[in-house]
Amino acid sequence: MTGETAEAGTAAAPSRTPRGRARTPVWVAGGLAALSAAVVLSLLVGANPLPVPALLDALAGGGGDEARFVVGEQRVPRTAAGLAVGAALGTAGALIQAFTRNPLADPGILGVNSGAAFAVAVGMAFFGVSDPSAYVWLACAGALVLTVVVYGVGAAGGPAAGPIRLTVTGVALGAVFAGLTTGLTLTRPDTFERMRGWSAGSLLERGFDVLLPVLPLLAAGLVLAAATAPALNAVALGPDVARAQGVHLGRVRVAVLAAVTLLAGGATAVAGPIAFVGLMVPHVVRWTVGPDQRRILLGTLIASPVLVLLSDVLGRVAVLPSEMPAGVVTAFVGAPVLIALVRRPKASGL
Amino acid sequence: MSAQVLRRRRVVRPRTAAVVLSGAVVTAVLGVLALGLGDYPLSPSQVVSVLAGLSDGFERIVVIEWRLPRALAAVVFGAALAVAGGVFQTLTRNPLASPDIVGLANGSFTGMLVALLVLGGGWPLLMSGSLVGGLAAAVVIYVLAYRGGIKGFRFIVVGIGVSAMLSSFNTWMLLRADVETALFASAWGAGTLNTVTAETAYPAAGAALALLAVLPFAAPALRQMDLGDDMARATGVRVDRARAAAIAVAVALVSTVTAVAGPIAFVALAAPQIARRLARAPGIPLAASGTVGAGLLLASDLIAQHVIPLTVPVGAVTVVFGGAYLVWLLVHEARRRP
Repeated sequence: MTGETAEAGTAAAPSRTPRGRARTPVWVAGGLAALSAAVVLSLLVGANPLPVPALLDALAGGGGDEARFVVGEQRVPRTAAGLAVGAALGTAGALIQAFTRNPLADPGILGVNSGAAFAVAVGMAFFGVSDPSAYVWLACAGALVLTVVVYGVGAAGGPAAGPIRLTVTGVALGAVFAGLTTGLTLTRPDTFERMRGWSAGSLLERGFDVLLPVLPLLAAGLVLAAATAPALNAVALGPDVARAQGVHLGRVRVAVLAAVTLLAGGATAVAGPIAFVGLMVPHVVRWTVGPDQRRILLGTLIASPVLVLLSDVLGRVAVLPSEMPAGVVTAFVGAPVLIALVRRPKASGL
Repeated sequence: MSAQVLRRRRVVRPRTAAVVLSGAVVTAVLGVLALGLGDYPLSPSQVVSVLAGLSDGFERIVVIEWRLPRALAAVVFGAALAVAGGVFQTLTRNPLASPDIVGLANGSFTGMLVALLVLGGGWPLLMSGSLVGGLAAAVVIYVLAYRGGIKGFRFIVVGIGVSAMLSSFNTWMLLRADVETALFASAWGAGTLNTVTAETAYPAAGAALALLAVLPFAAPALRQMDLGDDMARATGVRVDRARAAAIAVAVALVSTVTAVAGPIAFVALAAPQIARRLARAPGIPLAASGTVGAGLLLASDLIAQHVIPLTVPVGAVTVVFGGAYLVWLLVHEARRRP
């Protein structure tokens, strides 16, 4: 049933394989190659640069103590965190853009990040939470509450209300919670001190102890995302067409909201709020692979970690001897892409 | 025909006038309250007699020297931000186009942080840093969004992009500073009247009032531009010139306020929308936005000073209440229009 729906959705799209659009095996291979290169760079580059043989030795369990420490305790967990966070943020962005049919939708713009940040700040200020692995649950809970509220308020006007309303709601509620977080942290210097490290969005010192509890959540989110992808093709044609094709919109909505919460909340819990990955990557991927949501999701899943890892690598070497958090770098890479995007003659309107 | 229609539009609507008036009355009442509240409380009648020049001595010092600069700053700054927001929203015909979203605030904060952390300056340097930062951000956004004309949607998205860059740069600057400095800068960055004194409040309020006085000359053209550029051009408005002038005034208003009080969020976004809905006006009523904004900022500052037990920046309050009100309006609208 869903298979037929998806086929119909693709067929109804304006063109199947227009000029200049890469064939699936080609871009998947290209994306995986870029991803491998990013992983290797992330293992090699840093304040303690390692030559390739030393890296291989250390990975195999040999080499000097220092190299083993750098690779095993720092680079490998950090790279794993970058992979997971990138994949999760990108997929969350692609899902929410497809579902709201809003090219500007992004977990950050829709306020999900500030919900997560507020929950973490409350935990730090009132419950003395200081262990990053405990932020996870707070961040997810905050993300869930905000996603549901933003969607509830934003979609209350029915489909006619349009994406602007959802964006306004997201920006408004996001600002409210950011304001609450500011008020909370400014009155408590110790919370302020902890929050400012977290809120830049960084992969520094995110070990396996932080990452492992989140991985099941991220995996569940990715599975949900994959399951809803065919239905999203029908959603792209409008709610009426989707319904006519037999898509159960209520079920898709619950699945998308759950997936976005798991993915964005989990990723934010690990790395803090990293902006732009969810906004930018699905757009760039759409240029390459076309409008089919299944391909967009797959492409985003591959391309987002590349962006996060490269941003992280760049942040390690850009301002030696200190580090620039990955979240800052993604904003500096992402904003120009967003601007270029909206300056194109045929920029998609709201 | 259209000239007639437009002329009729310029007649002051009674409901809009009522909103302007009630906004002014509420602001005045709140003002008396603000001048009376504090460690040395005064009754409203005492405040009024001081203001009328009937009372001297300590009460006069308390009201005129201690409390008036801050209260006046709240009123004028609130009006200035709201009117600037109204101008932006009218020009882009989009409720999201507020200086907060459009990057001015973040640009000001960046300028201030550079002045504070890199150049290590005092208040004059911080204020000029914030001024330069805000203006530079505005120019960059305008240039990047310009493509044979300014389109609302493009303007906002470019603004969001530049804002995001600046705000993450700001986060990073704060991360490198020591805690004390970062706390001070963050309070300013949230928008606060705690640091306002007579020396900073009066010149800034004077400048803002002068800018507000210029705006009525541009307002008729603005109202026609609300109908769309072509329509406005057809009725004889020099669209590009009128727009550039209005943007310049709005940017100057926001920069003046921000230089003294930091980027106070959401007044510019929420006040025009609140005023428009209260007045049930077709476009954004600028005068009503002004009085609503003044009341909003003054009320928020009262809450920040006297209701919340700890000293929080007023920006944290405006964001919460302005945002919550906007959300409430969205819900309310959805209910009315099923």
